Amino acid sequence: MQIPLTLQFINLLAALLLLIAFAMLAQRRILSLINLFAWQGALLALSTFVVAYSTGQHHLYYSAGLTLLLKVLLLPWLLHRLIRKLNVRWDVETMINIPTTMLVGIALVIFAFNLAAPISQLAEGITRGLIGIALASVLLSMLMMLTRRKAVTQVVAFLSLENGLFFAATSATQGMPLVVELGIALDVLVATFIFGIFFFQIRETFDSLDITNMEKLKDD
Amino acid sequence: MIDVQLMALLLIPLLGGVLLALFGSRPWAAELNSLMSFFTFIASAFLTMRVIDSGPQVAFGEQFFIDQFNVFLVALTAFVAFTTSLFSRPYMRIEQHHGKLSTGMLHLYYSMYQLFTFAMLIALTTNNMGIVWVAMEAATLTTVLLVSLYRTPASLEAAWKYFILCGVGIALALFGTILLYFAAERVLGEGGTALLWTHLNEVKGDLEPTVLKLAFVFLLVGYGTKVGLVPLHSWLPDAHAEGPTPVSAVLSGLLLNVAFCAVVRSKVLVDGSLGTHFAGNLMMGFGLLSVAVASFSLFRQRDIKRMFAYSSIEHMGLITFAFGMGGPVATFAGMLHMTVHSLTKSAIFFAVGHAVQKVGTQQMENIRGLLQVSPTVGWGLALGTFAILGMPPFGVFSSEFLIITTAMHSYPWATPVLLISLGVAFAAIFGKIQPVVFGETTAKPLPHSPALVPVFAHLLLVLMLGLYMPPYLADWYRQAAALLG
Repeated sequence: MQIPLTLQFINLLAALLLLIAFAMLAQRRILSLINLFAWQGALLALSTFVVAYSTGQHHLYYSAGLTLLLKVLLLPWLLHRLIRKLNVRWDVETMINIPTTMLVGIALVIFAFNLAAPISQLAEGITRGLIGIALASVLLSMLMMLTRRKAVTQVVAFLSLENGLFFAATSATQGMPLVVELGIALDVLVATFIFGIFFFQIRETFDSLDITNMEKLKDD
Repeated sequence: MIDVQLMALLLIPLLGGVLLALFGSRPWAAELNSLMSFFTFIASAFLTMRVIDSGPQVAFGEQFFIDQFNVFLVALTAFVAFTTSLFSRPYMRIEQHHGKLSTGMLHLYYSMYQLFTFAMLIALTTNNMGIVWVAMEAATLTTVLLVSLYRTPASLEAAWKYFILCGVGIALALFGTILLYFAAERVLGEGGTALLWTHLNEVKGDLEPTVLKLAFVFLLVGYGTKVGLVPLHSWLPDAHAEGPTPVSAVLSGLLLNVAFCAVVRSKVLVDGSLGTHFAGNLMMGFGLLSVAVASFSLFRQRDIKRMFAYSSIEHMGLITFAFGMGGPVATFAGMLHMTVHSLTKSAIFFAVGHAVQKVGTQQMENIRGLLQVSPTVGWGLALGTFAILGMPPFGVFSSEFLIITTAMHSYPWATPVLLISLGVAFAAIFGKIQPVVFGETTAKPLPHSPALVPVFAHLLLVLMLGLYMPPYLADWYRQAAALLG
């Protein structure tokens, strides 16, 4: 079967997206993490654009533009500013060491592909692997959220989780209705602002952004 | 006509949010907050009458859908939001007097309170499963800064946990929604209509079962995090205990219900598509687990608000179980339980709020003899506790009785779990609240007189629902139960 060039290209982008998710899992410098996040956003915008071009869905062009604006420019810029102001550079240590995290990550990818297998059968042609990849990057972001101790890293993980979901929405289903996408984008933006407010509140109260300080609330 | 009524319902809280964002630090902000909530309540009453008269209908080009089920939640939400705003007026002033809150914090509180109501009403009335998600996330975002309102280390930790856990949870719900859209797109075609619940409901038999099965798992886990189902509940006790009490009351009494409404809507689609009881069984499992785990956790609690937060998990579990069983009687009982739980639990939080203000601590071992200082607060808490524990003649008894008898009939294996859990919950809560209410006092008088009318108004309604259910109300619930199948 001859596969159209655009679809091959989307598949390539999906593979790169998964690669970046792994790179983020292994990265301990916060600055590089934010750069990786921006790259992930760029790949997402590109893949949305290609889907828009190949299917002729006009509203996807808006989504691609919105992704570019929000996830490649605005959010990384905000995060850069934040860490400069808060003066955090290193994510000192992870809760589990990095090689173990990577192994768990591989297991998650296999799990995601298995889970998505029955659905992939239904999708036409090449979009098959895409739901699996999207689910895998969602799970990898979740893993990152669980294993990191710094509040800033958790937020980057949260945003990259949103990226994985967005990829599922555009590539597997050719885009949710525009009103829903706009709503989601607005929520993500507001969430980032609230996260920013939180950083300052947390730092003011605890003198650090290490969330291990925040394990006091237990049932006793 | 329905368009105008719906628009009034949604625009009043939005306008309230804007007005209070502008004037939230004025001395009359609390009154404005109550007034806007009162108007919202009136609008919901008109909408309810309309829907009961002429049945389910869509509005604004099918973007909104109102039937007996969600209009009942709309009325409940607007009512409790109104009474809570009445309660918060003196409560927040006392907090300010005690130096725990500044004017700026109150400003934030008032405007977010209205926007929170707005987000919940959107989540309830929208027909679009995607917008349900957006509104649920918005409801989280508006409350997260309210949980950390006191800026204490504990409240920041609670708010951070709430934000992160609900963020992850709701992300899973979005994945579920995407899968739902993936299945719907194949039947309904691309574009706007494929996420509209009314359209999905018409074609649910043709939707791909394998996809919907997976979608439901994601939707249940995602929205279930917000409902507070075990094992996804760990944010709930923290958020309820550390936030200001009016926020605990609306989180417990309203937001959990709204999230649950999303679960029920998904369940109707999925069970319709599969033709089996898959979604119902899953809900029954999560429900039973929540009831059991929450009941046994009650014993370990020392913080009074934390204990009642666990009691909310228990009751949401019971509701999930009831809707999971399905059928007209169980669904009817589930809806009744949602109503009485909302009313009773918010009344309890009102009484607890004032009690805590009098004593200055949330630790139950330091709260003693409320009846001696303030008979009204004491009796409010005592009667509320009796009601929530399912003592007759309160309404909680009727709904729990209906749920348990239905379970005995259709799922006898589940009844021992339910009965033991309810017994354990009774022993735990009663044992802890008894010395708090009776016994020697430690409390001191308050600078503003407490708002106890909402407490007794709620308890009176719950009592009425236990003794006598008006026929039109029963009829309304029955119609809603029939719609959900």
